[in-house]
Amino acid sequence: MTLRVLRPGLLTTVQDLGRPGYQNQGVVVGGAVDRFALRVANLLVGNLEGAAALEITLHGPRLHVESDVYLAIGGADLSPALDGEPLPLWRPLLAPRGTVLDFGAPRRGCRAYLAIAGGGFDVPVVLGSRSAYLRAGIGRALAKGDVIAPLGTPPRTRLRTSAYLHPALLPAYSPHPLLRVLRGNQFETFTPESRERFFQTRYTVTPHSDRMGCRLMGGSSLELQHAEQMISEAVTSGTIQVPPAGGPILLLADRQTTGGYPKIGQVAAVDLPLAAQVPPGGTVRFQEISLEEALSLYVARERALLRLKLALASR
Amino acid sequence: MANMEPLGEQAVLVRLGTEIREETFYEVQALAARLEEQPFPGLWELIPAFTTLTAFYDPQVTSYEQACAYLEKALHSLTANSAPLHPRTVEIPVCYGGEYGPDLEAVADHTGLDIQEIITLHTSVEYLVYMIGFAPGFPYLGGMPEAIAAPRRTEPRLKIPAGSVGIAGQQTGVYPLETPGGWQIIGRTPLHLFRPEHERPSLLQAGNSVRFRAVSAEEFRECEAERR
Repeated sequence: MTLRVLRPGLLTTVQDLGRPGYQNQGVVVGGAVDRFALRVANLLVGNLEGAAALEITLHGPRLHVESDVYLAIGGADLSPALDGEPLPLWRPLLAPRGTVLDFGAPRRGCRAYLAIAGGGFDVPVVLGSRSAYLRAGIGRALAKGDVIAPLGTPPRTRLRTSAYLHPALLPAYSPHPLLRVLRGNQFETFTPESRERFFQTRYTVTPHSDRMGCRLMGGSSLELQHAEQMISEAVTSGTIQVPPAGGPILLLADRQTTGGYPKIGQVAAVDLPLAAQVPPGGTVRFQEISLEEALSLYVARERALLRLKLALASR
Repeated sequence: MANMEPLGEQAVLVRLGTEIREETFYEVQALAARLEEQPFPGLWELIPAFTTLTAFYDPQVTSYEQACAYLEKALHSLTANSAPLHPRTVEIPVCYGGEYGPDLEAVADHTGLDIQEIITLHTSVEYLVYMIGFAPGFPYLGGMPEAIAAPRRTEPRLKIPAGSVGIAGQQTGVYPLETPGGWQIIGRTPLHLFRPEHERPSLLQAGNSVRFRAVSAEEFRECEAERR
């Protein structure tokens, strides 16, 4: 027994890197919305990067620590505190038995990831993943009284809690980020004015946003050159769809596998963590990027994570 | 040359047609089958749709240009008439109307047919499962008789029970999970279309044939009780 839930928070679920391989069954990959934060939090406590952690949304839980546990929190700053003492993000910490881990007001971002040493949280694997996928009835949100424990015993060697992540490695988290986007598959079907407007508008993230996607509002509507019914095709995380009425939708982890709305853009993978952390009321702007640039940024991010992995493993 | 375009940094979308046709569908399925048998390095997922196949891969293993070349080669290796892949017909029992199909009357009003005629037409044909998408286990079915086409509801419902059978325009489908939605609900099946405990969680697979069979409310409840 490790953590007992005293208060579950707004929406706290177990997430890992999702369940690839079932999209032809209509089952999305899902998993952590901010994959960078989940991976780093796991690495900091000595787990594999894809171990199951808690995804904590805006208003976090209150957890009683039932036995000593090493943990790390990444992603949003939701005012984590241990027995009232504020906790830093992005570094491993020891939470001694009998303490209370509490979250307060959201200060920056909207999704925090709590990783624990010992291989991550032990919940049932469904279709190859421990990720909750509430829309499909897989897993559930944490509830008061739940007891959650790690899979195995944490390594006996003490974690060096002086380790921390160099801020330069972090994505440029902001409530008002500039997101780099590739042209979407139907970019050319929009009118020239609409294409231009898409890159000039500052869009507000509405409160109807969730793990499926950010619903955006702002500017006048984006028009197609010819109104035509599109045939449903694949979408993915970061796809920006434009339904006929209402604003664009930026798809996140629990998107659908296929969609029938024209895709105007695709957020570069390296900027997806930024999109994942924009709270309701925050804004986003889009800037065009080429596939080559997006790829080299992606590769650079993966290399940085690999270096972090190696550095943590060799200490 | 097939038309290929990137979907982000980690996927190629292959376009094999511009309208929904059975030949295009079989070409998409054959290409997917070929890639499942002989995946290229870094390939981790395929999404077959009506006229497209999207291949997700690790761009650190295979470049976009290499991925396109692999896909082009796979396309060329397909024989002209690939056989249907999942020659299986699934019968779906449906209790039409009443509490299970609250919009059956509205569809009757719209089409000018009576309720029995709609049920007869809906159960008269074999539907082809073109793809599974939109929601876990949701089948996009082709082949509905045009006479029973009806527009979506102007006010979408907030809750449509799992198993609901609906019509939207020229399409018919079955909701695997309880969701909001705007389809005209004409009946409900006690079958579970999404079974997360199965390795193939979708009851229906692309390429299957589907036939609806009208059952009484009593049969519906018996079948439902059996599946508990």
